[in-house]
Amino acid sequence: MTDNTYIYILVMALVTFLIRALPLTLIRQEIKSPFIKSFLYYVPYVTLSAMTVPAIFTSTGSIYSAAAGFAAAMILAFFRKSLLTVAAGACVVVYIIELIV
Amino acid sequence: MRSNLFDTEKNFREGIISGIPIALGYLAVSFAFGIQAVKAGLSVFQATLISLSNVTSAGQFAGISVIAAAGSYLEMAGVQLVINLRYMLMSAALSQKIEPGLPTYKRLGIAFGVTDEIFGVSITRPGMLAPAFSAGVILISVSGWVFGTFLGAFSGEILPARLISALGVALYGMFIAIVVPPSREDKNIAIAALLAVAVSTVFTYAPALKDISSGTRIIIVTVMVSVIAALLFPAADRPEEKVLKEKGAEND
Repeated sequence: MTDNTYIYILVMALVTFLIRALPLTLIRQEIKSPFIKSFLYYVPYVTLSAMTVPAIFTSTGSIYSAAAGFAAAMILAFFRKSLLTVAAGACVVVYIIELIV
Repeated sequence: MRSNLFDTEKNFREGIISGIPIALGYLAVSFAFGIQAVKAGLSVFQATLISLSNVTSAGQFAGISVIAAAGSYLEMAGVQLVINLRYMLMSAALSQKIEPGLPTYKRLGIAFGVTDEIFGVSITRPGMLAPAFSAGVILISVSGWVFGTFLGAFSGEILPARLISALGVALYGMFIAIVVPPSREDKNIAIAALLAVAVSTVFTYAPALKDISSGTRIIIVTVMVSVIAALLFPAADRPEEKVLKEKGAEND
């Protein structure tokens, strides 16, 4: 896998950069299609949600600590805490729960 | 506004200042990424290289799982395309906010640093976007992202297992921090997010469906649910930018 890894990295970087670069260099006017606009509007939230659940529940040492971390993140995010606060808060709660359980 | 736009030093400094909280947030998450990348079999150098060349969170985590599973390059490209598709929208929005005459290499520089957070501080700047501002934000944010990755990859081995376990949740915490607040403003986002959670869970555990690789699963779920959401709830005009404002006029 060692040699292949660099090809993977190249593919990742290239695709990602093209996604970001093409609109900024080519689009000179607004996207018109309401369907495409709507689709793109939902993509970030749908992707992140799908990546988070159920994966978050197996991301720590036990499902209990993970569930507690999930709950902590949901509560902090609900009150619009910053990215750093939510991420760190979830980690701290996981850490504490794993000390107990 | 013109003089402001061309006061390079001031714009750069403001960019650095705007980027500091982003860099701090990135440190925690990229630290977790570094740990996970090494766990997936990558070297410290490779993990750091991924962060420097990609600067995505979700895309990178999905990427290392494709590498670990020895997926095809096509799958890798597809995963990156779908997961990072949102950057296309952000990049398109930013294209409306820069001087028409801005040279291509500067546009490419701004494009390199399109992330959820950098986009957020850039699009909310009053007036046109000064390239020097972008340079400042991107410099400090990407530094945090790369440095955190290096630290995580390098020290993952020597950190206590319990601490690593706790950091495993950091990325998901960040995702939740991105999804939940807009879900409060736009209930359609909340519905789409819940639908994504449900479909993703089914695809993870249902017989046959669970054999689909995690990267492909994300693609299928994202396209499927976003199409459904777009058909059921066509989004209002200026997505990403002003969910907040629209909502006041539209709902409740």
